[in-house]
Amino acid sequence: MNFTWASAPHIKPRDSVSKIMFKVLLALLPSIFLLAWFFGCGVYINILLATSTALIAEAMVLKLRGRAVLKCLKDLSALVTAVLIGIAIPTLAPWWVVVLGTFFAIVIVKQLYGGLGFNLFNPAMAGYAFLLISFPQEMTAWAMPESLNVWLFSDIIRLIFSVQLPDAMTIDGITMATPLDVVKTQVAMNPYSDVTVLPLGIETLFAQGWGWLSLSYFVGGLWLVQQGIIAWQIPLGILSALALISAGFYFYDAQTYTSPLFHLLAGATMVGAFFIATDPVTAATAPKGRFVFGFMIGVLMYLIRVWGGYPDAMAFAVLLMNIAVPVIDYYTQPRVFGTRR
Amino acid sequence: MDLDGVIVFKGWNLKGGLNLEGHKDLSRQYSIINTAIPNELIYPLVDRSGNVQTALVKAGERVLKGQVIAGSKGVQGTLLHAASSGLVKENEWRMIAHPSGLKSECLIIATDGLDECCPVDEPVDYTQLSAADICEKVHQAGIVGLGGAGFPTAVKITPNNVRTIDTLIINGVECEPYITCDDRLMQQYPSEILLGIQVLLRALAIENCVIGIEEDMPEAIEAIQKAIECSGFNQIQVKVVPAVYPAGGERQLIYQLTGRETPNQGFPADVGVVCQNVGTVMAVYQAIVKGQVLIERVVTVTGMGINKPQNMWARIGTPIKDLVSQCGGYNGPIERLIMGGLMMGFSLPDDDVGITKATNCILVATSKEVTKSSEAEMQPCIRCGECALACPVNLLPQQIYWHSQGGAHQKCQSFGLFDCIECGCCDVVCPSHIPLVQYLRASKSKVFLKRREDEAAMLAKQRFERRDTRKAQEKVAQEQRIRLKKLALVKLQKESASSPVKMQDKS
Amino acid sequence: MLWICLLFAILGVILGYAAFRFKVEGEPLVVEIEALLPQTQCGQCSFPGCKPYAEAIAQGKADINQCPPGGEVGVKALADLLGLDAKPLDESFGIEKEKKVAVIVEADCIGCTLCIQACPVDAILGAAKYMHTVIASECTGCDLCVEPCPVDCIVMSPIKPSVLNWQWPEPIQNRH
Repeated sequence: MNFTWASAPHIKPRDSVSKIMFKVLLALLPSIFLLAWFFGCGVYINILLATSTALIAEAMVLKLRGRAVLKCLKDLSALVTAVLIGIAIPTLAPWWVVVLGTFFAIVIVKQLYGGLGFNLFNPAMAGYAFLLISFPQEMTAWAMPESLNVWLFSDIIRLIFSVQLPDAMTIDGITMATPLDVVKTQVAMNPYSDVTVLPLGIETLFAQGWGWLSLSYFVGGLWLVQQGIIAWQIPLGILSALALISAGFYFYDAQTYTSPLFHLLAGATMVGAFFIATDPVTAATAPKGRFVFGFMIGVLMYLIRVWGGYPDAMAFAVLLMNIAVPVIDYYTQPRVFGTRR
Repeated sequence: MDLDGVIVFKGWNLKGGLNLEGHKDLSRQYSIINTAIPNELIYPLVDRSGNVQTALVKAGERVLKGQVIAGSKGVQGTLLHAASSGLVKENEWRMIAHPSGLKSECLIIATDGLDECCPVDEPVDYTQLSAADICEKVHQAGIVGLGGAGFPTAVKITPNNVRTIDTLIINGVECEPYITCDDRLMQQYPSEILLGIQVLLRALAIENCVIGIEEDMPEAIEAIQKAIECSGFNQIQVKVVPAVYPAGGERQLIYQLTGRETPNQGFPADVGVVCQNVGTVMAVYQAIVKGQVLIERVVTVTGMGINKPQNMWARIGTPIKDLVSQCGGYNGPIERLIMGGLMMGFSLPDDDVGITKATNCILVATSKEVTKSSEAEMQPCIRCGECALACPVNLLPQQIYWHSQGGAHQKCQSFGLFDCIECGCCDVVCPSHIPLVQYLRASKSKVFLKRREDEAAMLAKQRFERRDTRKAQEKVAQEQRIRLKKLALVKLQKESASSPVKMQDKS
Repeated sequence: MLWICLLFAILGVILGYAAFRFKVEGEPLVVEIEALLPQTQCGQCSFPGCKPYAEAIAQGKADINQCPPGGEVGVKALADLLGLDAKPLDESFGIEKEKKVAVIVEADCIGCTLCIQACPVDAILGAAKYMHTVIASECTGCDLCVEPCPVDCIVMSPIKPSVLNWQWPEPIQNRH
């Protein structure tokens, strides 16, 4: 008799990368619907553009690198990156913004560093930051929720692909500043004023849809934590840091600084905490290190939001902490059983 | 469970571990059967840890059952006994029970079917024996740990002045899927095991003993519990541990039962514990109370690839194929033949391999139970950290893997490479299907090789330097000799010049 | 101007003190280089042993790629230590071969002691007119004993794979 040789353990593996990625996509679905509900179905077009760009670009580079194309595409990691870019970009942004951003993320940030598992930076956020720096105007074109009621799907398609607005509309007329933009501008214009009463409360957030969106990310994220797909330490770190610091400043001076709840629900906090910073490839890997990683992202986010040059800060905070990952990993090794530390 | 006097642990207080499907019902309900005498008994002259056994019998000699046929030297030396009577054949190179699947020199006995025994010592009352007597008898009986590691039992129980032992732990936790040999032993021989424990307690001169049994073995727990009640050995405690793999790892079990963490560079004795497997205790009972040497053990032959899975008393040295044929033979296409368990056993390329004292299970697996090697498609590590969550010794396997990929095997050590117990939990949970344990083992091998090479280089350097100095000294000595000779010559010439007359006279 | 000079002077003193106070005691370069050499003592590098070669490297008289037993790995280790670029082995000194041990075919040995004199690590036992034998565990596989043997009774045999020197193989990478 002749039998095959193999190394233990002989048991079948339980999980797969594509299953993990698929669950992440599933957890994003409700938020995508909400996005479309509040900011128009441009988000579908964004996602469609991003995914097709990502798949084509990844296939292309894999072919050039001489790897098995289909096998690699099957892990769905490119799709997750693409969908994250698709939802991060304003719904009315022109088509080439999405395509360029996704291409940059997949080709430069992911594949040129060696593909899945070898990239130093979070591809989605690197792509987003690249767009934000290069095309600041296009990257702030968030549609005004109420303006969309009169729009037709064809209008949106026309706007995205040929940058032509329906008659009697201006780009300023249909887009609006995000709540974080408003806060930024106000603080910038009136840094020392002590009479300003911030017009933005939690109500505005929910009225404009951002609050609901954040809640849907939160729920989707909790499901992923429950499923064991993402590490709970990272979102906990981010949210606790952001809440703690903003609470401190809020209680110190409620006139100038916005409330902790506002910081938690505005902008990319929730999507970032649960879906972006939790990308395991570019995050710290030890449990303790993951909390540190998340906490530092929260701190950086607050710093950049309040004193930095950009209204939101998820992309920059995540990218900055990506650089710090090796150091964090080095100092947060857990104590091995039977050793003293 | 509502058994009196049984302590049931509610939780798993170690990190990591896995809940695995047990597959124990294949074999656990059948009584242990006796096996026929095989035509050949095969004994490798080297064990898994690389200890060389020297044959003490010659080819052509007739040996009796229970006769010593080989032994290894040193403090950790053990003895090997013939499992049946027969003629010793010429040593042959056969495949041995080793993960490499390589051939090695084996001592082979062609049995004669008579099963003629050596004269056996009169059974003695163990309560009259001293600790040293017990240790000596355990050594003479060739007993080693039957749980899988094969460490000489006599060494473990020999009194040691440096460390004080206060607890004897009996490992009845069979956490590996499929294996039921200890389960069956506890069900069928509870009072014998208790007597074995008494012997060990006497040897260690302590009172305190804890038997750890996994919660999914209710029959074994009950049997042991009843036997304790009947025998009145009330100092023996039964503790039930959760069915989490690897609860039966020695250090894991000690921690679970006593809360003591065995230092990674040390031994259980460093925390006052001696740990013995149930099978070993049974062997001690047989050796001390019955006067029998270790020539057979219980082996679970199981898996979906075997017709009649069961437990059997198998003679050490019996070829696997003999056991398989007594279990109704193979059943359908076999994917893999595994010696040991599903998680830590090693695959064997052939079934003509003799079982050893450490063989607790022969797992004949079909493709339903194990991964085909062609199926295992490896993907890049995404650092998800599942492996770290599953690791019972709290390592970061993903980091060790990363460094081993870069060839930085020394760096792997700072991440605890040698603390890895190779339990395989990380492999099972890895979504990228990376054979982490194999990478870690390969890495360990490379570190060992480097160490060996460094030592050899060190030795070569010393020898070279000594030779250099010696040569230099020789040279100096030779020059000295030449100079002295020249001086003597000059002196001689001078003398002859000053007294030519004398010279002439003489001539 | 004066202030700047003064500042520089003070800083200089601090630096000088620091250099003295926190001096890193390193091992002499020769020792570090020698530690990276395989200690085969084969002389293929054109120096009579590993130590002389280490000394030559330290003095810049020899290149780092002259040691065939050390192989590419050895060259790289030396390059790392000395801050140089790794380069391929200089083939004029020999090529990297699998490690072997010398075995004396005992039937042919005439007991001439020539190989004993040639062995750089005293790994051959024997006396004049008596059969010689190689202590396998001490043999570095340097080949130096093969040449002097007048009856060609020394063969270099590869080390046999056995369960004692077996290594866990790395998984076959069927990764995409």
